[in-house]
Amino acid sequence: MSAPARSPQELHDTIAGGIGESPLRPDGTLKVRGEFAYSSDLWHEDMLWGATLRSPHPHARIVRLDVSRALAQPGVHAVLTHEDVPGENVYGLKFQDTPALAADLVRYQGEPIAILAADHPEIARQALKEIVVEYDVLEPITDPERAAHDDTLPKLHPGGNLVRHQRIVKGDPAATADVVVSGVYEIGMQDQAFLGPESGLAVPAEDGGVDLYLATQWLHVDQRQTAKALGLPLEKVRLTLSGVGGAFGGREDLSMQIHSCMLALRTGRPVKMSYNRLESFFGHVHRHPAKMYYEHGATRDGKLVYVRAKLYFDGGAYASKTPVVVGNGTTLSVGPYDVPNAHIEGWGVYTNNPTCGAMRGLGAVQPTYAYESQMDKLAAALDMDPAELRIRNALSEGSTVVTGQVVDFPAPVAELVQRVRDLPLPPEPTGARDIRELPGGASNTTHGEGVVRGVGYGVTIKNISYAEGLDDYSTARVRLEVLGGEPVAMVHTAAAEVGQGLVTLQQQIARTELGVTRVSVHPADTSVGDAGSSSASRQTYVTGGAVRNACRAVAEAVCARLGIASEGMTLTGGKVVAADGEVVADLAELLGDTAIEETREFHHRPTYPLDPETGQGDAHVQYGFSAHRAVVDVDLELGLVKVVQLDCAQDVGKAMNPDAVVAQIQGGSAQGLGLAVMEEILVQDGKVRNPSFTDYLIPTILDMPPMRVDVLERPDPHAPYGVRGVGEPPTISATPAIANAIRAATGLELLRVPIRPEHITGV
Amino acid sequence: MRVNVTVNGESRRADNVWEGESLLYVLRERLGLPGSKNACEQGECGSCTVDLDGVPACACLVAAGQAEGREVVTVEGLADGEALDPVQEAFVDRGAVQCGFCTPGLLVAAHDLIERVPDPSDVEIREALAGNLCRCTGYEKILDAVRDAAARKAVR
Ligand code: FES
Ligand code: FES
Repeated sequence: MSAPARSPQELHDTIAGGIGESPLRPDGTLKVRGEFAYSSDLWHEDMLWGATLRSPHPHARIVRLDVSRALAQPGVHAVLTHEDVPGENVYGLKFQDTPALAADLVRYQGEPIAILAADHPEIARQALKEIVVEYDVLEPITDPERAAHDDTLPKLHPGGNLVRHQRIVKGDPAATADVVVSGVYEIGMQDQAFLGPESGLAVPAEDGGVDLYLATQWLHVDQRQTAKALGLPLEKVRLTLSGVGGAFGGREDLSMQIHSCMLALRTGRPVKMSYNRLESFFGHVHRHPAKMYYEHGATRDGKLVYVRAKLYFDGGAYASKTPVVVGNGTTLSVGPYDVPNAHIEGWGVYTNNPTCGAMRGLGAVQPTYAYESQMDKLAAALDMDPAELRIRNALSEGSTVVTGQVVDFPAPVAELVQRVRDLPLPPEPTGARDIRELPGGASNTTHGEGVVRGVGYGVTIKNISYAEGLDDYSTARVRLEVLGGEPVAMVHTAAAEVGQGLVTLQQQIARTELGVTRVSVHPADTSVGDAGSSSASRQTYVTGGAVRNACRAVAEAVCARLGIASEGMTLTGGKVVAADGEVVADLAELLGDTAIEETREFHHRPTYPLDPETGQGDAHVQYGFSAHRAVVDVDLELGLVKVVQLDCAQDVGKAMNPDAVVAQIQGGSAQGLGLAVMEEILVQDGKVRNPSFTDYLIPTILDMPPMRVDVLERPDPHAPYGVRGVGEPPTISATPAIANAIRAATGLELLRVPIRPEHITGV
Repeated sequence: MRVNVTVNGESRRADNVWEGESLLYVLRERLGLPGSKNACEQGECGSCTVDLDGVPACACLVAAGQAEGREVVTVEGLADGEALDPVQEAFVDRGAVQCGFCTPGLLVAAHDLIERVPDPSDVEIREALAGNLCRCTGYEKILDAVRDAAARKAVR
């Protein structure tokens, strides 16, 4: 069978602009015309619609499962259960613990139990109701702290309820200090809330394999997990990226991949699956809620002496990225500060709550809210300016972090805090105010009376790329040929463009390295080597590095063809130019109707696992740093918050595309604002109470204040072009800045985010 | 049932439409116009915004039958052939498009705003677009784009 009628595009649109410039996106015009094919837009003649039956219970045993009535419905072509999984009915990113379809036990509300394919989505939805499942409902385990320590609880998995425990000990863990502050902080469950639904189209192939067109963050990891469940060799499960409507970590775990392929292979017809918003809330993993016990000790002049912390991360039903969340959460637990002594413990546990996994800022969001709350508390105890306290303790190049790793690259933390502090504040309100700019807005709840203003800071450290010894790499294939008399480069990687602008960056690198104007980007698919995930702020670093390496190999091959050494030669303006400026050859003439194609990988420098006992080790490749300052107005009577201004300073090493960098910082900050004041999946007894955009609130254009963004460029000598991952830090530091500003305005403790009106009014 | 509707100036007919199908489904799956997006299908995100007889509406909330005989403009109808509408140009040029899933709905809503209010203030822009969620951009560049689009329209 052929590719779908609506399928991924090659991106030819190119606008001049190399590294450090801000050319426009090659997919921009398609997107504004409505012609860009997202995964939910894919269409194939003859296609069926897939649908999923999910458990209404968070914890239950399946005692009977009967699909015969559903299968008998007119228009239904297949109904499949765990018995129909052709290969191994288990997958997982870190631990293989997740069934593709539940067999006997369901561990969360929404766990997939059966799938079917029908002629029309409505037939599919109706047929789901004809599937008979009898459950023996069990008591759900919902308290992560208990799950970590109480061995009398039922075991949700053979190994027990603990996913990972990590201890980190630095210096004297029992150190004492003059001034001590402590607090217990909680963070709710945030959702990625990407707009494009989980969707894709599986097309059965003549060789008995399947072609899957889909939205994902990592094609190869999906391919490996899907092939294993299908019992097929890798080369028979081919994945192609279609348009992705945002991801933010929520597309790292499988959703419809195995299911759509199973249905396509069974029916012999293309099968499209597309979740609606309700199903999307159940169909992807969320950000780990956490409970965090913190104690900070400092000298009277404001130098940190020690940090002690216990962190509990609720992983929900399956492991997903929980091991990494514990690793990041503990290694980043003291923040971007120099702390001589620390004793940190982190637990990630299984419960019957929704599964939690990757989300932007993975594992760093939770402790940052807690330690930044502590920093303000400490500043108050010391009667010191909160920004000043942060500057006094800021990590810098040469510092040793809590794992004993030496920071051997620039770490301008103090400067970032100074910069946000020095940005002009919005004018203090005087006289009559436009109610639309007050808390409550056009609902006219106040005209300014009862409204108080506060300013707060948030600073963070986030590891970039995969850590703890993983060989984290990317692959790029670059072809140089002459089309229409002009040299043209084609870049082919498997790296997922999820909205962040990677396609633009690939063109910029190829233009710069190969000195050509026209660069097209091939659709990402599994016919080229692994690129790893579009997550952990790593793609510019790692895939950027791979594209650079492949381009340089192409340039070398060009010189080899000329029979000259590539030393000192550059490719510029379609010519090969020597160091003295002499034009050695014209690319178009040299290539004629031949092409030069090279494939290269980029591996970042090695990292190492943490010592299981002491948590010491060079676990991370690089850190990103950002600082926010928030200004808020709070209506004390109604507990309503209006963020008046949110400013950010971030070091990006090298701004490869300055406009895109600013855009990432603005978008990330909005997600941090959401977590501070509105975004939470409410879970009660393991059940989600607000799985819709009506009840799960994400910031609108009325909620986002104006932002100033101050970008620093302190190149990392170890990174390609000196880059430093950009995507995650702004999400992380925005939340505590807003929480601290609300505290400053109200004088309340506020030990939990999101901060809701009732936390402020106390009713 | 059969639904007749004028879409982007062309009269179109969809046959075998089920009761309960939305205008969004008919546009996307029956008329081959997937530009209007399906992000929530609950009337909460604005990704499916189309112009219905001159008024922006969430196509996911309009039953297909309700569209009978009416005029719909989708994002696909904003450009004049190859030439983009100023709103489209401004969104591309100002970097207001990241993943782009919210973009079609925002474009239709912004286009409508500028038709009604040629020189909108920031507060007016924010109010007009408050029903359109964007998860990627933080909205700052969307504001830039709408201001810019208004300026471009004014010169034309
Ligand atoms: S898809 Fe219609 S409002 Fe969200
Ligand atoms: S650009 Fe992704 S939702 Fe707006």
